[in-house]
Amino acid sequence: MRYIPNSPEERDDMLKEIGLESAEGLFRSIPADVLLGRKLDVTEPLAEPEVIAGMEALAEMNSGAKKTSFLGGGVYSHFSPTIVDNLIQRSEFFTSYTPYQPEVTQGTLQYIFEFQTLVCQLTGMEVANASMYDGSTSMAEAFLMAQRVTRRDKVLVAETVHPEYIEVASTYTKHGELEFDTVGFDADSGRIQESDLEKIDEKTAALVVQSPNFFGCIEDLEALAEKAHEKGALLVVVVTEAISFGLLKTPGNCGADIVVAEGQSFGVPMSFGGPHVGLFACRQKFVRQMPGRLSGVAYDEKGNRGFVLTLATREQHIRRDKATSNICTNQGLIALAATIYMEALGRKGLQEVAMQNAQKAAYAKKQIAGIDGYKIAFDSPVFNEFVVRGPSEAVSLLESISSENGILGGIAISRYYKNRPNDFLVCVTETNTKKEIDSLAEALASAG
Amino acid sequence: MSIKKVTPHPTQNEALIFERSHPGRVGYKLPKLDVEETGIDEIIPAHLRRDDDLDGVPEVSEVDLVRHFTRMSTWNYSIDLGMYPLGSCTMKYNSRLNEKVARIPGFANLHPLAPESESQGALKLIYDLQEDLAEITGLPGVSLQPAAGAHGEMTGVMIIRDALDERFGEESKERRVMLVPDSAHGTNPASANMAGFTVKTIRSTDEGLTDMEHLRELCDEGGVAGLMLTNPSTVGVFEKNIREICDTIHEVGGFVYMDGANMNALVGVSRPGDMGVDVIHLNLHKTFSTPHGGGGPGCGPCCCTEELAKFLPKPTVVKDGDTYSLDHDRPGSIGRVKAFFGNFGMMVRALAYIQTHGDTGLREATEAAVLNARYLTARLEEDFERPFAPDPMHEVIFSHKKQSRKGVHTLDIAKRLIDYGFHPMTIYFPLIVDGAMLIEPTESVGRQELDDFVDAMKSIAREAQEDPELVIGAPHTTRIGRLDEATAARKPVLRWTPDLGKQADAAS
Repeated sequence: MRYIPNSPEERDDMLKEIGLESAEGLFRSIPADVLLGRKLDVTEPLAEPEVIAGMEALAEMNSGAKKTSFLGGGVYSHFSPTIVDNLIQRSEFFTSYTPYQPEVTQGTLQYIFEFQTLVCQLTGMEVANASMYDGSTSMAEAFLMAQRVTRRDKVLVAETVHPEYIEVASTYTKHGELEFDTVGFDADSGRIQESDLEKIDEKTAALVVQSPNFFGCIEDLEALAEKAHEKGALLVVVVTEAISFGLLKTPGNCGADIVVAEGQSFGVPMSFGGPHVGLFACRQKFVRQMPGRLSGVAYDEKGNRGFVLTLATREQHIRRDKATSNICTNQGLIALAATIYMEALGRKGLQEVAMQNAQKAAYAKKQIAGIDGYKIAFDSPVFNEFVVRGPSEAVSLLESISSENGILGGIAISRYYKNRPNDFLVCVTETNTKKEIDSLAEALASAG
Repeated sequence: MSIKKVTPHPTQNEALIFERSHPGRVGYKLPKLDVEETGIDEIIPAHLRRDDDLDGVPEVSEVDLVRHFTRMSTWNYSIDLGMYPLGSCTMKYNSRLNEKVARIPGFANLHPLAPESESQGALKLIYDLQEDLAEITGLPGVSLQPAAGAHGEMTGVMIIRDALDERFGEESKERRVMLVPDSAHGTNPASANMAGFTVKTIRSTDEGLTDMEHLRELCDEGGVAGLMLTNPSTVGVFEKNIREICDTIHEVGGFVYMDGANMNALVGVSRPGDMGVDVIHLNLHKTFSTPHGGGGPGCGPCCCTEELAKFLPKPTVVKDGDTYSLDHDRPGSIGRVKAFFGNFGMMVRALAYIQTHGDTGLREATEAAVLNARYLTARLEEDFERPFAPDPMHEVIFSHKKQSRKGVHTLDIAKRLIDYGFHPMTIYFPLIVDGAMLIEPTESVGRQELDDFVDAMKSIAREAQEDPELVIGAPHTTRIGRLDEATAARKPVLRWTPDLGKQADAAS
């Protein structure tokens, strides 16, 4: 086995030196009745070319990875500069672990500090942590945190939050005495139904809203913050498309108390849904109620600046069952990828890429709205996603343009909202060329 | 033995990127916008747009950036530089082959909501890995959805909670006690808490094993939902009474959860399912070598008995003939624990690991890992106190007892190891050993390096007697010395601001 440095002969010598005849002796503390006593029923060892060939064959079966795609809904196709994937493959980054020993992990601690700063700058918040698993689990943790901060037990969540995020949050909270209610959306605007905001009361820990929401519509966060704060509730803002931070007013500026986001758009491959990276930011005054790790500035005896994991008394390895969360391993390397992406694009590029997304989506919206039988389902401003109402059932319409035209045209909304059979969500990013957008419009026209 | 530097530091003072930023530098280029432009006010009205021109976000060139990260990387220790003996973390070699296959465009560019018929390869990969993990653990129900170990634990205890509700109905409300050994990872009680359980702590014996008498006592007190057990335990010892432990919990109607953090001692040798365990999580980033990445991403599959399988998170991947699909229609499920299907990229790597090792290689790796730990034990037990007598499995625990008389504590020994070119072991865990040093060499270390490590430890033991100040002041060879963590926590500075430099001046 080429990953084991010691040869069988060397291992035999070592066994003898510790007084054992054979490798079986290593396991004599295991009772005989729980020893397996046979080979595992898995493949025999494969050679490197065999593994590659097998994996290539599996990848080949994923025809969806090769098609022109307008799929979004929480995972987005964006350009990632070459240096992102190249730099995260530095051994020192990808084969190290949690920076428990700061003297030999300053590289990791410093990039986490940069990550935290960038997340604050983009969200307009005061403090951000070292990452969560993804957007969905970040939102679930935000529910629990809002409950701790306010000591209230009700969360109001907009129906236009990503449906899979809501599913995750309901799993996380179902044993914690947190009441869960929803806020509907206006059928014309696709935004939060204002009359439903009356549900916010003195028991409400947080109003949770996604913007741009699952339908792509941009919510008026300032007005929502005001409504929540009037009753002493927090505003939790969820963002699944992090590229939008480059163009939209920051949640922090709008009055958000906690911001959670999926950071996959920052240079991370779609990879069938993971690994991605959760961003988690909040107001400074709530920092001791935050989940997850934090890197902070510290100085040594000579006054040299360094970084350490700090405020660890919130965490499970110290506080055990009283911790703010059970999270330990997070998404370190993916946070690094996102950091490199944000820094490579930088001040100018993050704005330019956001603008290109908005422009291309606006163009696509116009093209599709002009086709007979199609309309844009909601009239609110959008960033790079919008819902199209087609002339027939979206599922079969999309299947037909996939097989006929080789285009993945969007996500059928009926996957999540059963009473909207003809609606589908189209996402257009900077990676979609004008030609691709025009082909989508043509395909829809002929399919309709 | 001469002291060598851990890492070369071409520059000791690579500033934060915000401090290297210069207006007008760029590190990217996008294609020109190829659609006709719409006035931005028409698309998104001004009151919904940001107007700060991203003030403070850095402006750097590509070269600046490559040097920035490459320089910072040299401040890190890593598996590729040498032995990284963090106990319970299984810092084994991360194969480049696994990195390569995870990046095949047919995996990396696949959207999770692409039609199932267009994602058959990914679904088959998930299914195949589920099958392999079921065989390795002896537990047939598998979900790959959890993103890390603690996430898998939470999933596992939630499964137990729902199973109890089904088994006992209303009476289940009286069963909310989760037993957790005093040697457990902190994530265990934290996860139990998230599932609404109250934690009761079981004492360990002076052999480092579960105290059977105390276990029975706690079971007699009633209300027991289950037990969360790490096996081998966090002191590296196999629970020889494992069958009896499981029986005891089962007799009072509870379920046994096993923390799979230490599966590297067992793969191909012994299976949790055969021990009587009901549900377990695995850490693909430990046992199955997906990279630790400076703290993640992980992947924490949850494996369980046939009886508990219906409670696994949804959706699951099922096979019908040659077709794979997602089964969302699972009324018994605890629900979803993560958007989409889990950390798929880690699953590709883990499957490549299993295929490369194969049936014989998986066992060979386990043997080599345990052998390395036993070899270290034999060579170090004269110099360092070993609090538990039984033979260790894949990791061994020592304490600072022999050194602390001279004022040298575990932290000092750990820091001094850095001067000798090694990453320290896990320290002060588990909490039941005063000054614990938990060493897990893994199978990825050759004899020469084990001997170097032994020499370093022996040398430190000698220094502790002859020149304790040398050890107490360590490390002496790193870019920075020990950092003032207390002040960092009292006055937390968690982000860069333009006046950060001034604070540094004030401090120095």
